[in-house]
Amino acid sequence: MHEWALAESILVAAVEAAEKEKLKIISEIKISIGELQQIEQDIFEFALEEIIKTQGDKLKNVKTVIETEKSTLKCKNCEHTWDFSDMKKKLNEDESEAIHFIPEVAFVHARCPKCGSPDFEIMTGRGVSITSIKGER
Amino acid sequence: MDARVSVIDKRLKNIKRIISVASGKGGVGKSLVASSLALNLAKKGFKVGLLDLDLYGPSSHIILGVKDVFPKEEKGIIPPNVHGINFMSIVYFTEDKPSPFRGIDISNIIIELLAITQWGLLDFLIIDMPPGMGDETLDVIRFIKKSEFLVVSTPSKVALGAVSKLLKILKELKIPIIGVLENMSMTRSSFIKNEIDSMDLPYLGCISFDNALEESIGKPNKLLESDFMKDLDDLLEGINL
Repeated sequence: MHEWALAESILVAAVEAAEKEKLKIISEIKISIGELQQIEQDIFEFALEEIIKTQGDKLKNVKTVIETEKSTLKCKNCEHTWDFSDMKKKLNEDESEAIHFIPEVAFVHARCPKCGSPDFEIMTGRGVSITSIKGER
Repeated sequence: MDARVSVIDKRLKNIKRIISVASGKGGVGKSLVASSLALNLAKKGFKVGLLDLDLYGPSSHIILGVKDVFPKEEKGIIPPNVHGINFMSIVYFTEDKPSPFRGIDISNIIIELLAITQWGLLDFLIIDMPPGMGDETLDVIRFIKKSEFLVVSTPSKVALGAVSKLLKILKELKIPIIGVLENMSMTRSSFIKNEIDSMDLPYLGCISFDNALEESIGKPNKLLESDFMKDLDDLLEGINL
């Protein structure tokens, strides 16, 4: 479950940001997860809860809101756009799992469905980021 | 904000030394030096990790004969131990297919790998760098603050032209440089040594061209017994490794 490592990164980043902003308490963290990460949300939420238990008071009553950012892929060669659900139909289990670990290996295992080019762009739908933090000073 | 970047320091916290084996030029033997350095240190009883960051042309797995292993998932991913080395490479995820990545994708891969890899306690992490000073080098400088650089050149003026540019930028950024290693030496010449001396950087010594080295590729036990390794070992002694 590498979801644990990503959940941990969210909390480390949130505490860092709160310290910069001199927040004593973090009440809410909004998290955006790219669709290409194919995160198992149950495991991710469980990891967040377990790690929060080991943290100090700053995160004691924090609410986490998780949003999935839909993927958009755009071919640089023919400008066709498509999404991960279209791509996934052509991937085998191992290829899909590899993209789960490292989303950019999509360029290795997938091609533009229209022209077959590997030179496409992940416009949206990758990475793990914090979109907002609420708290008290 | 990309949350993954924040956890990188924590992942590398328990690693005593991080050595990036780099060069401005391709084909000078960086991967062989990096893999052999990792093998050499592991044989001396150190806990060693090896990270292949040559994302277009990874080759450490070929040198070490890594086959049929995959990282274990546990609070991240744990690199498999191969011949005493905790080995991480993009090849686990690419199945060794061609990897057409652009710059932003390279950075994202490095961030993801550094954020999710659980190295644990290590004496040394060796990083096999791609040639040049592109995204990978800049990202190592940006994200791995404690990395030192071991720079590889060949005796050629052509190689040194590119190598000296890398050395100048590392110096300008005040990145620790362990020194320059001259690989594939065929005749006795002090050309590279004089050039490195004039840059006021440590010249570590030379490794002679080893005609039989190709037979050791993919066979770590044979590589450990090679003339290449003997030369490397002498040279490492000079820098207390």
